[in-house]
Amino acid sequence: MPSPLKCDLCKQPATVHLTQIVNAKVHKVDLCETCAQAKGVTDPSGFSLADLLLKASLNPGPSAAGLRCEQCGATAGDFKKHGRFGCPRCYETFSDLLTPLLENMHKGVTHTGKVPCRALERKSLYDRLTKLELDLTEAIKSERYEDAARTRDEIHQVRESIAPESGPAKR
Amino acid sequence: MKITDLLAAPSELTDSASSKTAIVLMTRIRLARNLDGRPFPGRAKAAQRTQVLEACRAAVVAASPMKRAASAVVDELSELDRQMLVERHLISRELSGSSGQAGVVINREQTVSVMINEEDHLRLQVLRSGLQLKKAWAAIDGLDSELEERLDFAFSPTLGYLTACPTNLGTGMRASAMMHLPALVISGQMERVVRAVNQLGLVVRGLFGEGSDASGSIFQISNQTTLGETEEQILQRLGSVLNTINEHELNARAKLLETDAHKLLDKIGRAYGILQYSHLLSSSEAMNLLSLLRLGIDLGVFPAVARAVIDRLLIECQPGHLQHAAKGRFEPGQRDVLRAGVLRSEFANFTKPDFMVLGRN
Repeated sequence: MPSPLKCDLCKQPATVHLTQIVNAKVHKVDLCETCAQAKGVTDPSGFSLADLLLKASLNPGPSAAGLRCEQCGATAGDFKKHGRFGCPRCYETFSDLLTPLLENMHKGVTHTGKVPCRALERKSLYDRLTKLELDLTEAIKSERYEDAARTRDEIHQVRESIAPESGPAKR
Repeated sequence: MKITDLLAAPSELTDSASSKTAIVLMTRIRLARNLDGRPFPGRAKAAQRTQVLEACRAAVVAASPMKRAASAVVDELSELDRQMLVERHLISRELSGSSGQAGVVINREQTVSVMINEEDHLRLQVLRSGLQLKKAWAAIDGLDSELEERLDFAFSPTLGYLTACPTNLGTGMRASAMMHLPALVISGQMERVVRAVNQLGLVVRGLFGEGSDASGSIFQISNQTTLGETEEQILQRLGSVLNTINEHELNARAKLLETDAHKLLDKIGRAYGILQYSHLLSSSEAMNLLSLLRLGIDLGVFPAVARAVIDRLLIECQPGHLQHAAKGRFEPGQRDVLRAGVLRSEFANFTKPDFMVLGRN
């Protein structure tokens, strides 16, 4: 008699067997009852095989293994263990690790959907503000007062367009 | 408005069911969003979670669809309230079980809910009875754009909206429809449907494994992938698959009536009898019986107006709602007594089945 299948997560005998075909690729997962419960396989609202596969098959290569996100401190090991990133910056930090996964996980690897136009516009204004403020300091330092005055006006304009209602109260 | 008042009020799911919702009970779309430059909730410290909760909550309650909304911190809700919100699909199990600095804002009609500090900083959700993908998308797109005025979302031009789990990356959108597919289950075709749907990049949720039978023959079909397509493309693909499944279900019903009518009508008739006279009903058995009556309504055995009653009961028979109505905490065994009691009184004056409609007696 063949030996019973073992749970992919904890190696107990598996009683729940899942097969899913995504983009013509067959994915199989075997789970014991406890893990199936814990992973929400029996919960109709919360189960995604992709999440499970991600956790079960994730193996960072040697180059990625030592990486740590500067922003939040998450490591490649954390990602392997939880299948979740720590912060938005992790997407840059672990991009080498992520790209091959995305190819299996999604229809494509490039976003073509909605873009937060207002937020991006705001961000570019903030970037512009930072640069202008640097220019201003620089102009004052080198006693280029005409430039400084012009830069200050520009700063004022940018501030207005970021938050017109929160500017200095008009009397 | 408080969550407890909200739970006592009519909701989209329990009171808006119309004759159009025959096979698709409900449409849901959710968007995952995160604030830029902050750790995701799973990695954030308590103080960071509090900041995110406050910033998000202020932005959400100020958005126009959330006028007169109820908002709460999960910790402050009783276990029963949380359970009822889960049963109404307004919060996730994950949020319900979360400890500290997680919140929810729900509009008065219970069609829009926003979870804060679940897996992502923000999970927006719009829910509509029946099949209404376009309307649900328009509603959630509008809410998202309003929030974007006040919050800086983590977004990459190449990868889209950045989410805690890369399976939600890109659009951050999961659209789903809850479908009632009793004939496909009875005729043993559900497994084939699930396989076919998976090949199209969509997922069927329900009880998998050996039985592959979800309680009440109710399944959720949703998109699996979120990156590489526009929201409209994803919705279009989902919509066309839902229509195909709808047709398959109708064909399966016609086939059952043609080849095995007595068996099918027997099931419906027995379900009616049990609902009228039983004294012990588990949640899963009640769901299956109500599902058969719902099928009876679709076939014309019962009047169409009764569908709204069944859809309400499908939710009111869940453990949280049952205990809320009975004003107490009850063990599963006691709940089965309560449930049977509720259903007996609901069905005491329910219209008698008319099997002649189908040209049989």
